Amino acid sequence: MRYIVRRLLQSLIVVFGVSVVAFGMLFMTGDPAEIILGDATDRMTVAQIEEFRVKMGFDRPWYVQYASFVGNALQGDFGYSFIRHQPAYEVITDKLPATIQLASFAFVLSLVISIPLGVLSAIRPHKPLDHIATVLALVGQSIPSFWLGILLILFFGVYLKWLPISGSGTWQHLVMPGITLAAFPIARNMRLTRSSMLDFMQRDFVRTARAKGISETRVVYAHVLRNSLLPIVTSIGLELGFLLGGSVITETIFGWPGVGREIVSAIGSKDFYVVQAGVIMLALIFAAVNLLIDLTYSLIDPRIRYGS
Amino acid sequence: MIDALSPMSIADTVRRRHRGGAQEDIGGGADTEADVARRLLDVRDLETKFYTADGTVNALNGISYSVDRGECLAIVGESGSGKTVGVLSILRLIPSPPGRIVGGEILFNGIDLLKLDDRALRKLRGEAISVIFQDPMTSLNPVMRIGAQITENIHAHENLTRRQARAKAADLLGMVGIPTPAKRLDDYPHQFSGGMRQRVMIAIALSCSPQLIIADEPTTALDVTIQAQIVELVKRLQEELGTAVIWISHDLGVVARLADTVAVMYAGHIVEKAPVDDLYAHPAHPYTIGLLNSLPRLDARQKTRLQAIGGLPPNLLGPQKGCPFVPRCSFATQICRQENPPVTEIASRHSVACWHAQSLAGGRT
Amino acid sequence: MSDNVLVRVEDLKVHFPIRAGLLNRTVGAVKAVDGVSFDIMKGETLGLVGESGCGKSTTGRAILRLYEPTSGQVVFRGVDLASQGVEGVRRTRRHMQMIFQDPYASLNPQMRVGEIIARPLRTHGLVKTAREERELVADIMQKVGLNVGFRDRFPHEFSGGQRQRIGIARALATSPDFIVCDEPISALDVSIQAQIVNLLEQLREELGLTYLFIAHDLSMVRYLSTRVGVMYLGKMMELSSSDELYDNPLHPYTKALLSAIPIPDPPLERRRQRTLLSGDPPSPANPPAGCRFSSRCPIAAEHCRSVEPEFREARTGHWVACHFA
Repeated sequence: MRYIVRRLLQSLIVVFGVSVVAFGMLFMTGDPAEIILGDATDRMTVAQIEEFRVKMGFDRPWYVQYASFVGNALQGDFGYSFIRHQPAYEVITDKLPATIQLASFAFVLSLVISIPLGVLSAIRPHKPLDHIATVLALVGQSIPSFWLGILLILFFGVYLKWLPISGSGTWQHLVMPGITLAAFPIARNMRLTRSSMLDFMQRDFVRTARAKGISETRVVYAHVLRNSLLPIVTSIGLELGFLLGGSVITETIFGWPGVGREIVSAIGSKDFYVVQAGVIMLALIFAAVNLLIDLTYSLIDPRIRYGS
Repeated sequence: MIDALSPMSIADTVRRRHRGGAQEDIGGGADTEADVARRLLDVRDLETKFYTADGTVNALNGISYSVDRGECLAIVGESGSGKTVGVLSILRLIPSPPGRIVGGEILFNGIDLLKLDDRALRKLRGEAISVIFQDPMTSLNPVMRIGAQITENIHAHENLTRRQARAKAADLLGMVGIPTPAKRLDDYPHQFSGGMRQRVMIAIALSCSPQLIIADEPTTALDVTIQAQIVELVKRLQEELGTAVIWISHDLGVVARLADTVAVMYAGHIVEKAPVDDLYAHPAHPYTIGLLNSLPRLDARQKTRLQAIGGLPPNLLGPQKGCPFVPRCSFATQICRQENPPVTEIASRHSVACWHAQSLAGGRT
Repeated sequence: MSDNVLVRVEDLKVHFPIRAGLLNRTVGAVKAVDGVSFDIMKGETLGLVGESGCGKSTTGRAILRLYEPTSGQVVFRGVDLASQGVEGVRRTRRHMQMIFQDPYASLNPQMRVGEIIARPLRTHGLVKTAREERELVADIMQKVGLNVGFRDRFPHEFSGGQRQRIGIARALATSPDFIVCDEPISALDVSIQAQIVNLLEQLREELGLTYLFIAHDLSMVRYLSTRVGVMYLGKMMELSSSDELYDNPLHPYTKALLSAIPIPDPPLERRRQRTLLSGDPPSPANPPAGCRFSSRCPIAAEHCRSVEPEFREARTGHWVACHFA
C-alpha cells in the first residue's frame, strides 16, 4: 500500500514537472506575445502588440501567469487555436481516439507475436527457428519506421492494391500503420522475452520442478515463463507509453488522423496553444500508463505484494 | 519378471513400497536371493563426461555403488569429486548439453533407468525417487504458493481431487515440523526462512511416498543449529517411513550421524566405501585418512597440529592416467602413476581403490 | 590499560538504519552489533563464533573501522580510534589488517598478484626503491607458500586455496600486529582448509601476530583460538578460554551450539544427547525484549523475557550473560 501511495505521489511530481516545462515553452524566445502571434507580428504595430500582450495577461508576474495557467488547465482550457478557430483542447481531444486506436492495435499485435516467438526461441536455442527469429528481430530494430512504412505502402498499396494507402476508417486502414508501428516493439520484446527465459531456465527452482517429473511443457509455462515475464512487464509498459506518443512519423506517412500528425501540422502553422496542449496531453498519458504498469507489477510479483 | 518397459508396468513396480519387511523379487541379476530382494538401487560403472569449450571434463570415471531398501548411503567428496553428478545422473537431472552419460547401468528395482524413455523417467521422478536440493533460497519457485508447489508433485503422480491433495499437503507440512501448516499453504517462499524452506523441500520430496530420496547437500547452506534440526528430521522420517536415502555431503561430521554406509569420492572415482563405523575407525585410502586427519574435532583433548593434505584439488580436464590422487599422496609409487587401481574388498563390505590398501589397512589400527 | 591488551572494545554498537516511506525516513534499525565489550590480548587468537545474523563479521569490520560504529569505543594499542580522524585511522591500518572470506571476490581481477601484494607497501611508504619492493614481495610470497614465479599472474589463474594465500600475503605486507580473519576458510574445500589453518598458525608464531578469528565452524575456531566468544543477535553471550568453553559451557545457547556441531565419530554421534533449538532466530531489526535468546531458550523464565542479563565474570576469565549462570 505504501508502495502505491509513493508511486502516486511520484506521478504527481512528474505531472507538475511537465506543467512547468509546458508553461516555460511560452517564454522560450523571451516574448510570449511574439510566439503566439507568430507571423502576424509583421503586420502589427508595436502598440497593437503591446495591447495584445496586456489582453493575454503576459505582463503579469510569471508566478501569477503560472497559477492561472494551471487553473485554466484544470478546467480544460489550454488556450485557443487561432488557426483552427477552436479551443486547443478540442483540437487535440478530437484526434486522441484515433491515436489510441492505432497504438493499442500495435501494442496488442506486438505482444501476440513477440512473446510466443521469444518463448519458442528460448526453448530451442540455436535451432533454425531461433536463428530466423533473431534475424527478424535485428531487422525490426534496424529498419527506420518511415522506410518500412513507405515500403509497405508501395508494395501492398500501390503494387498489389490490397490495402488502402492512407486515411482511416476500416480495419484495412489499420493494418499497415499498425505493422509499421509494431515492428520495433515486436523485435525488442521478442529478444527480451528470449533472454529472460534463457536466464530463468538455468535457475535452481526449474531443476526442482523437473525433479518432480512434471511435463516439460508445464515446466516451461508454469515455472519459467511466469517468472520470465515479470522483468519484462515494466519495459513492455514503457513501450505502450512510447507508442501513444511516438507515432508521429507513422501517422504522417499514412495520413492517420491522430494527435501526432496534428502536432506536426500545428508546429508547421505555428499554432502554439495546440502544440502546448498536445505535448501536455501526451505527457500526462505517458505518466498515467507508467503508473498503471508499476501498480500492475506490484500486484503480480508476490514478493512485493506480500512483503516479508 | 518385468517384460516390456512400458510406462504402466514400471509405475506399478515402483508403487510397491517397502516398509522393513521382505519384498517380492523384481528381477535383475544380483548375487543371492536375499541381496536381490534388499537391493533398491544398483549403479554400475557409471561414466559421465562434460564436453566444454575448454575440453572434455571426465566427471565420472566408471563408479559403482548400491543402496539397499531403507538404507542411508552417504557420498562424501569435495568440489569436483563428482558426487553430485554421480547421484543426479540417476534421474538424468544433469544439464545435457554439455553433460552426457557415456556408459554404465543404473538399476532401480532391477530396471535400467538409462534405457528408459523420457515419459517413463518422469513417472519415476517425484514418486519412486525424489530429490532435496542444496540451496533452499533458490530451489523454490518464487512466484508460486508453497501449497501449489507441493500439490503439483501430488497431481503429477496420484489421482487425488484438489481438496484431497491440499489436505495431504497440509499433513506433509505438519510432518516436517512447520507450525500452522494449513494456513501456510497459501504463503510464498519468501515468507519462510531458509530452514523452513528446506523443510518444504522435504515435504515435496515425501509427497508421493518415495522409495529413495536423494539429498544433495541439503544442509550446507544452513546454520549449524538449523542443520541439526534438519538432520534429526530426516533421520526420524527415514526410520518411520523406511525410505532409502542418498545423502551427498562434504561434511564428515554430518555424515557420521546419518549414514549407514559411506562412499568417498575423489576426481570422479569412488576411492573407498565401507559401513560407517568401519570407515571412520579403519580408513584405508590415503585420501580418506588424510581427510579424517585434517579435521579438528570439537572434543579433542590436546591440540595436535592438523595434518593437511598437501597439493591442489584435482584437474578433471583431459585424459587421466593412473590414480588421480597421486599428486597429493605420500604413499604413491610407480604402479600408482601408471595404472588406476581397481576396487578391491579388504574387509566385509569395505572396499578401496588403492594399490597399497592392504598394507595401509594392516598398518593402521 | 595493561600493556598486554592490544585491542579493547567497549560497548560497541553498530546499527544500520532501515529507511522506508515517502521521504526515506529512518523507521528502525538493524541492530547488527548491540553493545559488545571484550579485550584482545597480544599474541592470542580470539575466536568469535555465532550463526548468521549474530553480528560477528560486523564486529570485526567495525574494529578496523570499515564500518563506523554507532556508539562505543575501540582502543587499539592504547589509542582510541575514534579520536584519530580519517588520516590517523589510515595510518593505523598499517598495523591492523583483514583477511576476507571470499577468495574469489576479495582480489581485484585486473591486478597481478605481485601488484596486489605490493600495493599496501606503496600506500604506506614502506619501500623506497622498486628493487626493495620486488624483494619484499618475493619474501612474503615465500612465507605464505606461493611460488614467487607466479607474481605476474592474475587471480583467476589460481585455485581457491592459493587465492586465500594471496589474501594472507596482502594482509602481511605491512607487517601488522593485528589481523582480523573474517571466515577465511569457509569458502574452501575441506582438504585445503587445514593447509590454510596451519599456515595461519605458523605465521602467528613466527611473526608474533594477534588474531581475531571470526567463523561459524566452532570445531575449527576451538582448534585455533586461545579464547572464544559466542555471539547471538548482536550481543556476546559467553566468553572464555577454548577448553573451558567446551568443558563447562554456561550459556544455554553455547550448550545448544556445541550439541549441534557434528563430530566425525559415528558411535559417539549415536550416543550424544542433543539439545535441539526450535524455530528460527529472530530478526536483528526486532530483537526480543530482555535476553536476546529468550525466545528459543529451553530454560527461559519470565524474568528472562523482561530483564536483559548482564555480561559478567561468572568464573575467572569466564564471562557469561545469563540469569541462570
